[in-house]
Amino acid sequence: MSATKVAAVEQYDYDIIKKFSVMAIVWAVVGMFAGVYIASELAWPFLNFDSPYLSFGRFRPVHTGAVIFGFGGSALFATSYYIVQRTCQTRLFAPGLATFTFWGWQAVIVLAALSYVTGFSQGREYAEMEWPIDLLILVVWVAYGAVFIGTLMQRKQPHIYVANWFYLSFILVTALLHTFNNIAIPVNLFSMKSYSLFSGAQDAMTQWWYGHNAVGFFLTAAFLGMMYYFVPKHAGRPVYSYRLSIVHFWALSFMYMWVGTHHLHWTALPDWASTLGATFSIMLLLPSWGGMINGIMTLSGAWDKLRTDPIMRFMIVALSFYGMSTFEGPLMSLKDVNALSHYTDWTVGHVHSGALGWVAMISFGSLYHMIPKLWNTQMYSVRLINAHFWLATIGTLLYITAMWISGISQGLMWRAFDDFGNLQYSFVESVAAMHPFYAMRAIGGMFFLTGMLLMAYNVFATIRQGVRAAESSQSRPAVAATA
Amino acid sequence: MFKNFKHEKIETNAGLLLVLTMFAVSIGGLVEIAPLFFIKDTMENVEGVRPYTPLESRGRDIYIREGCYTCHSQMIRPFRDEQLRYGHYSLAAESKYDHPFQWGSKRTGPDLARVGGKYSNEWHVQHLIKPTSVVPESVMPNYKWLQETQLDVSDVGDRLRALRVTGVPYSANADEYQRNVKQFGEATAKTLHIPDALNNLVNQAQAGNFDGDRSSVSEMDAVVAYLQVLGTMVDFNKIKPEDLVKFR
Repeated sequence: MSATKVAAVEQYDYDIIKKFSVMAIVWAVVGMFAGVYIASELAWPFLNFDSPYLSFGRFRPVHTGAVIFGFGGSALFATSYYIVQRTCQTRLFAPGLATFTFWGWQAVIVLAALSYVTGFSQGREYAEMEWPIDLLILVVWVAYGAVFIGTLMQRKQPHIYVANWFYLSFILVTALLHTFNNIAIPVNLFSMKSYSLFSGAQDAMTQWWYGHNAVGFFLTAAFLGMMYYFVPKHAGRPVYSYRLSIVHFWALSFMYMWVGTHHLHWTALPDWASTLGATFSIMLLLPSWGGMINGIMTLSGAWDKLRTDPIMRFMIVALSFYGMSTFEGPLMSLKDVNALSHYTDWTVGHVHSGALGWVAMISFGSLYHMIPKLWNTQMYSVRLINAHFWLATIGTLLYITAMWISGISQGLMWRAFDDFGNLQYSFVESVAAMHPFYAMRAIGGMFFLTGMLLMAYNVFATIRQGVRAAESSQSRPAVAATA
Repeated sequence: MFKNFKHEKIETNAGLLLVLTMFAVSIGGLVEIAPLFFIKDTMENVEGVRPYTPLESRGRDIYIREGCYTCHSQMIRPFRDEQLRYGHYSLAAESKYDHPFQWGSKRTGPDLARVGGKYSNEWHVQHLIKPTSVVPESVMPNYKWLQETQLDVSDVGDRLRALRVTGVPYSANADEYQRNVKQFGEATAKTLHIPDALNNLVNQAQAGNFDGDRSSVSEMDAVVAYLQVLGTMVDFNKIKPEDLVKFR
C-alpha cells in the first residue's frame, strides 16, 4: 500500500509546488502584518517613528507588494503548477526553469520591498518596482509562461481543462500589462531611478489600464482558475455548467481590459475614455455573476458539507465576496457614485472586500485542500481551520464596514455646504472624523492577521506530521526485516 | 460559418486558445490608449505650462520617493466644492511634463494640484518637519530628514537628460536652447538648459531660500520649491471657460 502512495507522489513534480505554497504563507504573514502596521499608522501616527523606512508613504507599497505579488503570486504559481500537471496528467515542462521561477520570484518580492523602504519607487500604484526589478520580473514571467504553456503542449488529455484557460489568460495579460506600463528611461545604467516614457493623461490611462487589470487578471482571472479546480474537487461534484464557464471565460477576458478608465472619472482624461470604461464595467457584472453562480451552484447536492467542512466554507464565502465586490465595482464605476466615492476610503474598502474576502479566502481554501495532498497527510487541525475561518470573516466584515462609513462620510463632508453657500467643513475636520473608523479598520486587520497566524501554525504542524510519517514509513520495512 | 463550430476545437488546441485569448484581451487597451496619442482634443493648448526647473524636478523626485501620492492627489475635479476648496479644475495640459503622472487615487490628505503659493515657505518647512505643529489634527508623518539631508545633485544632468529622452523639452545644445527661448521666453529657457543644470539648481535654492538656510541645498529646498510651483503655471484669468469646454 505504501508503494502505491510513493508512486502517486512521484507521478507529478510536487517539490516546486511545496516551495511556493510555503512562501505563499510566509508572504501572507509578512504582507498582512505590514498592512496592519500601516493601517495603525493612520489611526495612531506616532507609529511612523519619524523614520524614513517606516513612514506610511514608503511602507504602503511594501504591504501591497507583499500581499499581491508575494502571497497572491506565490499562491498562483503553486496552484497553477499543481492544476496544470494534474489536469494534463503530465509532469512539468522544463522543471529547471520552474525552479528558476521560484527563486526569481522570491528575489523580486524581497528586492522590491527593500527598494521601497530605501526610497526607490516609480510612483505608479502596484507597479512601484524600479526598472532593474521590472526586467527581472519580465525574465521570470517569460520562464513561467514557457513552463505553463510547455506543460499544456505535452498534455496526455485531449481537452484543456477550464481552470487552465484562466491561468493562461492571466499569464498572457500580466506580461502585456507589465511590459507596457513600465516603459521607462533610466537616469543612467548604474542608477535605480527612471522616468516613465509617457506623461500626464496618457500615462494615467496606461497606469490604470494596468492597475485595474492587475485586479482583473492577477487578482481575479487567475483566482477563478483556482476556483474552477478546487471547488469542484473539494465538493466532489462536477462544475455546475460547462456552457456558463465558456461564456464566463471569454466575456471576462474581453471586457475586463476596457474598464481601467473608471479610475479616472472626472479627471483630465477625455470623457469618452472614462465613459467607455464605465459602460464595460457595468456589463462586466454579468460574466462576474455568471462565474459566481457557476462556482456556488457546483455545490448543489453537497450543501451539507458547509455544515461540517470549514474548507468548503472558505470557498463559498470567497465566492460570495466575489459576487459582492463585483456588484459594488460596477456601482462605483457609475459617474455619479464615483463623484462621491473617488479619493475616499470607500475605494480602499472595495479593494479589500475583494482582496480579503475573495482572493485571500479562495487561496486559504485551496491551500488547505492542496497542502495535505502535497505532503501525503491530513490537515493537523480542522478546529484551527474553523477558527481561522471565523477570524477571517469577522476581520473582513469589520474592515469593509469601517471603510464604508469613513468613505461615505468623507465624500459627504467634502461636498457639504452651509446655509450661506460656503464649504461646511475644512479638510482636516474630515481627517479628524475618520479616527474611530481607522482604528476599527486596524482591528479588523488584526483579526485577519491572527487567523493567518493560526493557518501558518496549522500548516507548519501538518508538514511536520507529513514529513515524520514519510520518514517512519521509509524506516519501517527495515525494522520489520530485522525483527 | 459558425454553424459547425464547436468550442471543443479551442479546448483541444493550446495554440489556438493562446491566440484567441491574446486577441480578446488586446482590443480594450488598443481602443482606449492608442487614440489618446493622436486626438488633438486630448490636451488643451494653454500658455504658461513649462517643464520643471532642475530644483523643482529634484523636489518632484523626492515627492515620488516618499510616496506622497499614496495620500495626496493632484487632480481637481470639476465640482463646485472642489473649485471652492482647491481652485480651478485641473487641465490635462498642466501635467503634460509629468513623467510619471501623480494624479493619485486617494485623499487621506488634501489635493495638492494647486497648493503652490497658498502657504509660505516657512509654513511648508514647519509642516513637513512636524505637521501637527501647524495642523493639530493631521495624521501625516513627520519628514524631519528632508531638512537634515543634503540634496544629492551629482546626477542632476543625467536626470534631465533622461527626461529629455521621454520628450520633455530640456535643451542639450544651442539649437534646442533657441527653440526653448521661442517657446517659453528667455528667462525660462535658461532654467531648462541641461549644461547649466547644477548652477541653475544652486542659484534657485539660494534665491528662493526655501528652507530658511542659504548655506546649503537640502532636500527640503527641493520639495518646497516643487510644492510652491504646483498649479501656478497657468493664469486662469487669461482663459475663457468656453475655450476649455470641448476638452472635457
